[in-house]
Amino acid sequence: MTLLIRYGRYLLLGILAAFAFTTLILLFAGAPPLAAYLHLFKGAFGSWNKFAHVLNAWIPLTLCACGLLYTFRIGLWNIGVEGQMMLGAVLTTLVLRFSAAEQFPLLFLVLAFLGGLAGGALWALLAGFLKTKGGVNEIFAGLGLNFVAQGLLLWLIFGPWKRPGIASMSGTELFSRELWLPVLRPFRLSPVGLTLAVLAVIVTALLLRYTRVGLSLRAIGGNPRATRLFGLRPGLYMLLAMSFAGGFAGLAGSVQVTGIYHRLIPAISSNYGYLALLVVMLAGYRVWLTPAVALFFAALNVGSIQLPMMLRIDSSLSGVIQGALVLATLAVHAWHMRRQEREMNR
Amino acid sequence: MEITLRDIRKYYGLVRANEGISMTVRPGTVHGILGENGAGKSTLMKVLSGYTPRTGGDILADGRPVDFRAPEDAARLGIGMLYQDPLDFPRLTVLENFMLGQSRGLFLSRARYRARLRELCDYLGFSLVPEAPVRRLTVGERQQLEILRLIALGTRVLILDEPTTGISSDQKEALFRALKTLTAEGKSVLLVSHKLEDVELLCDRITVLRGGQMTGEMDAPFDTRAVLSMMFGAPPGIPPRSRVTPGRPVLAFRNVSAPGGRTGLISCDVTIHAGERVGLAGLEGSGQGVFLRVAAGLTRPGQGTVTLNEMPMTGRDYHAFRRKGVCFLPTDRLAEGLVPGLTITEHFALRDRRHPFLVKWTAAFLKAQDRIRDFRVKGTPDARVEALSGGNQQRLLLSFLPRNPSLLLLENPTRGLDLASAHWVWEHLQGYGGHDPEMAIIFSSPELDEILMAADRVLVFFDGRIVRDVRTDETGVAELGRAIAGDTGSIRHAFPGHRRPVI
Repeated sequence: MTLLIRYGRYLLLGILAAFAFTTLILLFAGAPPLAAYLHLFKGAFGSWNKFAHVLNAWIPLTLCACGLLYTFRIGLWNIGVEGQMMLGAVLTTLVLRFSAAEQFPLLFLVLAFLGGLAGGALWALLAGFLKTKGGVNEIFAGLGLNFVAQGLLLWLIFGPWKRPGIASMSGTELFSRELWLPVLRPFRLSPVGLTLAVLAVIVTALLLRYTRVGLSLRAIGGNPRATRLFGLRPGLYMLLAMSFAGGFAGLAGSVQVTGIYHRLIPAISSNYGYLALLVVMLAGYRVWLTPAVALFFAALNVGSIQLPMMLRIDSSLSGVIQGALVLATLAVHAWHMRRQEREMNR
Repeated sequence: MEITLRDIRKYYGLVRANEGISMTVRPGTVHGILGENGAGKSTLMKVLSGYTPRTGGDILADGRPVDFRAPEDAARLGIGMLYQDPLDFPRLTVLENFMLGQSRGLFLSRARYRARLRELCDYLGFSLVPEAPVRRLTVGERQQLEILRLIALGTRVLILDEPTTGISSDQKEALFRALKTLTAEGKSVLLVSHKLEDVELLCDRITVLRGGQMTGEMDAPFDTRAVLSMMFGAPPGIPPRSRVTPGRPVLAFRNVSAPGGRTGLISCDVTIHAGERVGLAGLEGSGQGVFLRVAAGLTRPGQGTVTLNEMPMTGRDYHAFRRKGVCFLPTDRLAEGLVPGLTITEHFALRDRRHPFLVKWTAAFLKAQDRIRDFRVKGTPDARVEALSGGNQQRLLLSFLPRNPSLLLLENPTRGLDLASAHWVWEHLQGYGGHDPEMAIIFSSPELDEILMAADRVLVFFDGRIVRDVRTDETGVAELGRAIAGDTGSIRHAFPGHRRPVI
């Protein structure tokens, strides 16, 4: 716990540094920094409705980030999380397109989520097999599979699953209302997605701390060769970690399809996968910090949407802040570690 | 320059590597630092060379307190350290390495430095070719180069960490002569060693460390007995070797060839019986490592069959071997045996299989505490394994061994251990064999003495083949030494299985 608090201090320093940097950029661009931050804040927390939007972004981000905690533990860079989310979305859509779906909406929604889980996990396992059996670095395998997933998505939307008459970038046809995830009126926030994300955090925390799986993942991340002598199979655990990561990412895809867009769209992943990588890094790979950082990132994303309207600043400002934040925090952390080491030696 | 250390302390987390060490190194002398592995010698030298900051205490140079933040600060004062593995640049030539850190300005004047290198070489009696690439040099020559470089940089206090490990006897003589030359002109030398022989030849004064603390100081001539008792407490004796008649076959190799290492393993035919203790001799990397890994199931043989307890095991993986009671202890503990970043408790938790899903943290902690006491590991359950010294890491690894394995495979089990720790390891292993005549031990070692002491049978490896297979009481250092060098004496011995001819 004290370690968590200590890391929180680096995070705070990182945030200060990142905002100093962003302020400079805003000044350089000729925009009023204070007004920009105010709008950013209002855009995210200005009303309950806006906060619901933030939570809607938080759900997929947290699901992906939880999955990434497993792969980071074992020392894998699962950059393929984007593609895994897309495949989750594809399989969810596939299930919901059955004509029987409208008669048994509950059953098919459950099946759709299971499909999403399976789709993401299988796509991740593909990268995992390429890594463990083929000797392909998981970063390249994941990146390659991301492109393949995007291609598959576009092909489906413009080919077999195109809307009657016209194929369009706006995606497949909307599902009928029964197949939309229920939302909390008057907000467009789905309690199912929220519950899933919260559960993901709790399950991940317990699994990593109290089970053999969690310990084994960390041990293999530390020294795969030695763990063989302890009777562990590093390859197997890598596949396990990948399928966990893919499964969570796939669920994120399911939530986006059933709860937000109610159809499959080309940008179904909204780059939440890549963003989740930053979230986990910024959280210092710590479970309990991850949802907090995810909330912050979600707020930045949602808050920046109205910047172009209000101040004629591009909404990519949120990306600048997020990137600067990760780099600044990592730098602060490294600097503190060095200083601490020096202090400990004194 | 006179260096005085006053109450030096150095803690790594919970481990007290140095505790209250005080000594004075007078100019023009060779001062020995003696102690077993993990006694704190290397730590003390790292503190003195500015490589690690100290936790407490003072360093005085000619009576003035000094403070180092980095090796550069120590170097500026004239303190230079020669590391066990010289810090040089293998891709550069001798001259280029020599010039590094010395040359100033944009243009390099090779001619000037070549002359300087030659001059220093002559002075210290070294023979180095300036244009030779460093990667072609032996350890001894690289050491000479590093000494020349340090002296050229103005080093007045030279620290040498185990300098006689891995160099030839000629090079050792040259080194000792050079050190005498240096001390004659008023420079001082700090010699870190656990070899009594070196110390007796060279040192004017010694400081002995044990467990991070000073246990004594002595001026030449040294009383060996007293020094030993300062190093180890009580002088170690040689544990008796128990005699067991070989039982049923435990491990059988039939025409096994496998890739790996420098030479691989070629057409290996051998049977190991229950109760036997077999030493693998040979130059490092002559196939012993591959042999052990094939026997452990870590490397799959390219051809031939492996039988374990009369069950064919060819092509099975490590886990299948493990279930059959095979246990392998690798030589590179941190790279292959332990997980850096994990604590001792976490290692025990990792091994505990009683609950398939949950980790029993309390049980693991108690077990760690237990084994730490039984195996006399210096460290707490919460200590990370990389903070332990080599000897303590080995003790920890030994504490992981199951109670009754059928085959114990040890790769160089006493590497980097001092006499007392090595003695302890063998005593422990002997306890194993004594309890269970059904178990076989196979170990590799570069020390023939160790093999002759601990094994009852020896296999000599040369270029990936077993060239000699003989009982230890029927052979000696001279004969084995010839076999290691590739001289098998009689062709018959190249084929194990044939008995030694009775003359």
